[in-house]
Amino acid sequence: MDGLLFWHRFQFGFTATFHYLFPQLTMGLALLILVFKGLALYRGEERFNEAARFWIRIFGLTFGVGVVTGIPLEFQFGTNWARFSRDAGGVIGQTLAMEGMFAFFLESTFLGLLVWGEKKLGPRLHAAAALALFLGSWLSGYFIVATNAFMQHPVGHRVLADGTLGLEHFGAFLFNPWALVQYAHTMTGAVVTGAFVVAAVGAFWTLQGIHGAQARLYLKAGVLAGFIGACAAAFPTGDLQGKQVARHQPVALAAMEGRWQSGRYAEVNLIGQPDVARQRLDNPVRLPGVLSFIAYGSFSSDVKGLDDFPRDTWPTELELLYYGFHIMVGLGTLFIGLMGLAALLLWKGRLERARPLLWCLMLAFPFPFIANSAGWMVAELGRQPWLVFGLLRTASGTSALVHPGQTVFTTLGFAGLYLVLGLLYLFLVAREVANGPEAH
Amino acid sequence: MEMLWFWMVSVVVALYAVMDGFDFGAGALHLFVARDDRERREVLAAIGPLWDGNEVWLLAGGGLLFLGFPRVLAAGFSGFYLAMFMVIWTLIIRGISIEFRSHVADRLWRAFWDGAFALASALMPVLLGAALGNVVRGVPLDGSGFFNIPLFTHWGVGNPVGILDWYTLLTGLLVLATLTAHGALFLAWKTSGAVHRRCMAAARPLWAVVAVLALAATFATARVNPDVYARLPHAPLAWAGMALFLAGLGTVAAGLAKGRPLAAFLGSGAFIVGLLAATAACVWPVMLRSTLDPAFSLDAHNANAGAYGLRTGLRWWVLAFPIVIAYFAMLFRIHRGKVEAAADGEGY
Repeated sequence: MDGLLFWHRFQFGFTATFHYLFPQLTMGLALLILVFKGLALYRGEERFNEAARFWIRIFGLTFGVGVVTGIPLEFQFGTNWARFSRDAGGVIGQTLAMEGMFAFFLESTFLGLLVWGEKKLGPRLHAAAALALFLGSWLSGYFIVATNAFMQHPVGHRVLADGTLGLEHFGAFLFNPWALVQYAHTMTGAVVTGAFVVAAVGAFWTLQGIHGAQARLYLKAGVLAGFIGACAAAFPTGDLQGKQVARHQPVALAAMEGRWQSGRYAEVNLIGQPDVARQRLDNPVRLPGVLSFIAYGSFSSDVKGLDDFPRDTWPTELELLYYGFHIMVGLGTLFIGLMGLAALLLWKGRLERARPLLWCLMLAFPFPFIANSAGWMVAELGRQPWLVFGLLRTASGTSALVHPGQTVFTTLGFAGLYLVLGLLYLFLVAREVANGPEAH
Repeated sequence: MEMLWFWMVSVVVALYAVMDGFDFGAGALHLFVARDDRERREVLAAIGPLWDGNEVWLLAGGGLLFLGFPRVLAAGFSGFYLAMFMVIWTLIIRGISIEFRSHVADRLWRAFWDGAFALASALMPVLLGAALGNVVRGVPLDGSGFFNIPLFTHWGVGNPVGILDWYTLLTGLLVLATLTAHGALFLAWKTSGAVHRRCMAAARPLWAVVAVLALAATFATARVNPDVYARLPHAPLAWAGMALFLAGLGTVAAGLAKGRPLAAFLGSGAFIVGLLAATAACVWPVMLRSTLDPAFSLDAHNANAGAYGLRTGLRWWVLAFPIVIAYFAMLFRIHRGKVEAAADGEGY
């Protein structure tokens, strides 16, 4: 990979991964805030309003960082991927422009009202603002996933005489089957993140023995949402996503599983290190037949290996893709176990006294962020070496006239800026948690 | 159809300039017109609930340009590579300085973010103005449809051009002065007491500077790109734009003289829209002018995304646009009247 291509890819990957740490939390929290506001209206208890207020403060901080780190991504389509923008902009520009008009205005308008307007709006309208914020942030997620889905599985377009892509069927493009499945999986991931963070704060306060009622509420809400979300992330959404990859990107599936040879009764590799030079998986622990079953619904189906595909269509960062996939699936399984146990104890009324489990819940909050980032890496690395799968190579999408030095410089600029931004964000969230729900 | 899209993009750009313009101006000015923490919270209460939505017009405009004219976006963004990253970083610093300031009640913490907010708010108009100057002057687009120019060369407007030269610096300063004056009127409208008085006092000299710079830029444009004025006789919209910005200037003067900040603020909005409309009408259909050969210029005819895409985009846009306008009407209505400094912890 030449230097320019490497730095363009590194910069976009880095800034997109950093950005996505924030919206996955806000999308998850938006749902929980809506639930709190709904319960406040329905049950008329102030503790739900108090919880909503606390999480709106965290939401505001997270949203602020999410917005400012999202702006660069939209710019980078033009600055770093100019030939891709020229060739595919007529298609994916639709969803990106729709995100601005339909989702961003909704979010920014109603976040302002949610933060500034509790007294001015009254309880009903304030709850309606929470609903609008939820719709805005989840709609925004859909437009982004639909944009990405076109790059994974292009539909609704036409290749024009000059080689660029034009839109032909708007409906097919907007409701790309790939987008629907990927959206469901991405959103359950976001709910898991929000739930783990809420549960972690509840566990932290419970362990400290402070803010009793609020701590109990967060713990309960976080564990319930976390258990449902973690299960839904695996089945049906993760399962559907896996089948979809098997169907449309079989070469990516082979790479994700470190599978070189085709064959029936394909095994799932629980662990093992891919050795690309020798084309094999070292030290594997395998479950025979399971991959065939997951991918095609029958233990005896044939699953293709990498050898069946031309070498120049193999995903370029095979090891990273393999490990990313296994980290995602491994963590997802742990989440179901952890939240399942917590939900069981919650049901029995023993969760608050189960200190070791509370410690686990408190310390587990970073892991959904890791799992979701790994998931995005799997989606994006699995698509390589294509920018638009089967249509446009990544190497042909860069800004050809931009000097590598410029890209190195701007990448370092982002690294410095994001380091400071991340530390400040953590400092401010930690302060809010330390101040507790009644602060201000 | 491409003419409609050219104007849709122009309208959104103008809305961005007017809307985010007043909070840029308020930010650039607030160190001078608001002297203590209570006064600065008053300024933030005036723009706090609005600036986030204002900024979305930039993303909406970018999205529409991407949809309608992908070649223009691809060429422009990669061509102005370093300047684009200055815009990105400035927007990041501005956004977090408003967001982070309120969370810690410490004097130094707040002074730091106030300073960062003021600097970023002043830099953005210069960058946007320089961008406008580059579009009017033209860029070295070649047959490939791309270019890449350095930040500056010899400060001259001839080849090889840089992003900054004496002309684009002039347009940058014009936009800085205009948006600062625009922001002063917005704050004068929304605040009372000392901040209100200082804003009214600042607006007069600022508008005098705007008038001088606007006149200078008008003459300079004739030197840099005579084609702009060559189109004047065939562009009725340009005359309408000029009438609008002169009327706006008159309204500003009258509003200031009679002490009516809202009228003056509306006048300054009309001034900005008129100026941009006149510019857009004069350059139509060219979107990125090539300084090498007119044949290489990207215009609304040779750079659009195709009839089906434009038609589809228009269909949902006419649905979305009134909704967005309704949000803004609601926001301004809920936050109508003079603001008070927010109590610590509420809002910003």
